[in-house]
Amino acid sequence: MSKAKFINLVDTTLRDGSHAVSHQYTVEQVKAIASGLDEAGVQYIELSHGDGLAGSSYNYGWSATSEEELIKAASSVIKKGKLVVLLIPGIGTIEDLKMAADCGVKVVRVATHVTEADISEQHIGMAKKIGMMAIGFLMMTHMALPEKVVEQAKLLESYGADCVYIADSAGALLPEGVSERVSAVVEALKVPVGFHAHNNLTLATANSLVAIEAGATFIDGTCRGLGAGAGNTQIEVLTGVLEKKGYETGVDFYKIMDVAEDIVEPIMNRPQVVRNASMMLGYSGVYSSFLLHTYRAAERFNLDPRKILVELGRRRMVGGQEDMIVDVAYQLSRK
Amino acid sequence: MSSCNHILKPREFITKGDVSVKKIKVGIIGPGNIGSDLMYKIMRSQYIELAMMTGVMESEGMKRARDLGFKTSIEGVNAILAEDDIKIVFDATGAQHHLKHAPLLKKAGKIAIDLTPAAVGPYVVPCVNIDKVKREPNLNMITCGGQATVPIVYAINRVAGAKYAEIVSCISSKSAGPGTRQNIDEFTQTTARALEVVGGAQKGKAIIILNPADPPIMMTNTVYVQVEKPDIEAITASVNDIVKQIQVYVPGYKLRVPPILDGDKVTVITQVEGRGDFLPKYSGNLDIITSAAVTTAEKLAQELLAGEEA
Repeated sequence: MSKAKFINLVDTTLRDGSHAVSHQYTVEQVKAIASGLDEAGVQYIELSHGDGLAGSSYNYGWSATSEEELIKAASSVIKKGKLVVLLIPGIGTIEDLKMAADCGVKVVRVATHVTEADISEQHIGMAKKIGMMAIGFLMMTHMALPEKVVEQAKLLESYGADCVYIADSAGALLPEGVSERVSAVVEALKVPVGFHAHNNLTLATANSLVAIEAGATFIDGTCRGLGAGAGNTQIEVLTGVLEKKGYETGVDFYKIMDVAEDIVEPIMNRPQVVRNASMMLGYSGVYSSFLLHTYRAAERFNLDPRKILVELGRRRMVGGQEDMIVDVAYQLSRK
Repeated sequence: MSSCNHILKPREFITKGDVSVKKIKVGIIGPGNIGSDLMYKIMRSQYIELAMMTGVMESEGMKRARDLGFKTSIEGVNAILAEDDIKIVFDATGAQHHLKHAPLLKKAGKIAIDLTPAAVGPYVVPCVNIDKVKREPNLNMITCGGQATVPIVYAINRVAGAKYAEIVSCISSKSAGPGTRQNIDEFTQTTARALEVVGGAQKGKAIIILNPADPPIMMTNTVYVQVEKPDIEAITASVNDIVKQIQVYVPGYKLRVPPILDGDKVTVITQVEGRGDFLPKYSGNLDIITSAAVTTAEKLAQELLAGEEA
């Protein structure tokens, strides 16, 4: 496979990173991070509740500031890059998408569970109709075989997606798992392919590299790796790694390091390290956003968070089923 | 569909003993999964009987109805309109079709039970508001998630005041049909509105998740309510009471997690196992809406029968 020289970096500090700060971003923080990323040359800057537009809820945690305000704030400082939002059908709706577009959002990533791509047709269709770039985003791809991932990726392409993402939402894939999925999808699709990693097994940067070697040209990262579970690929590290490997990203290595250290690090609630429970997410294949909710349920029902996570994995829960954490904890507490 | 492992013959359902018991004749438009499941449920009814199943073309569902001894027609709503005896009509087509059917049925003096998202008439949840809406010519069954969660919100609201209600319905991928998939926003928006209008919450929000696990999972519904009066005993008693009322028409409905109070937030989790009439047991989502529709029709039929006697 001939290597693409240019890799599009998508920063999701203000979206996936939102999980790690329990969706408490303020207007000032959003402006500082978005303008820092923009000045560093990041082309795609994603912002929304961690669970996408309209994710603010009991089930996923309340945002401190409304999405509309945060989107407007980011939009007001981004000069070169494009503002991106995540939309998970079943949570966010077309109404939310139109609000985002009105506030200056240019790109939407429409995310579904890896086997349920057909619930995104209406949202991808609307995005294209109103002139947005639409990215189809398959979550929890470790739960499906490469053939299934290809079938679902093709559906997204057929709905008009400009790019299709393979997301390792549970940080459960080993490098070969990434390679077989990404290369199969790259081969089957005409549109570019992206990869989104989680660091639950400390493989995020390695897996991102493997995805690029397999033909992916869009890669996600966050400053300091801020994100659900053990976080995402650390974008400043990835920028340096890609530079060493001879890829172009258009991102200034020193500037992105400064954004991470000077702007993002001071607002982090805790260092983004791989604690036992986040390790279990990757090991058991559980959606990374479940982590903080699991800590809360473990405390409420006096349980080991790892026991809850293993049971969630055994039940094959998918992204968005945060409510089942309480169900599992309640049932375990009665045993 | 592999679920029909016990094909039932209509004659088994003729009321035992008293063959003179009068039933109200009903029709079904739309012989798909929902229409077929309705058919089996109607066969069990003491108050209504199926006079005709209609569609717009020949299909497995039409054949199934004929094999069970029912009259069928590919003339859709027109065939139903031509039958004066049919008093209640289940519409299991799509929203666009129902918008056309609704005025025709109304003009012909037939009550429409709308299982599409068209919502021409008021929302109905049998155990909550049937008495308020039983004189309406057109009743809408909301969504599966609405039938499963609105009663819980209603039960909490009546004793504790619901400032905000949020629900998460999870259904198995296998039981989510193309209608739901192509227009998933309709589910979230309609359900959220019903939490307010019928459930009584000041503000509602709905989330739907499809889970592809195999064997398929049972439908689960999580209800979160922010209450004005966090009286857990009153809330628990009220929820237990409404669950019993739902179980009258949905035997597979049960509490997985009884009301839990955290500050002013109440969490309740329910599960719906289907009856396995036509659709498999994991299709509790479809079972609860067809059961609610048939229960609604039975209530209206009882009113009609009482009216005839008077």
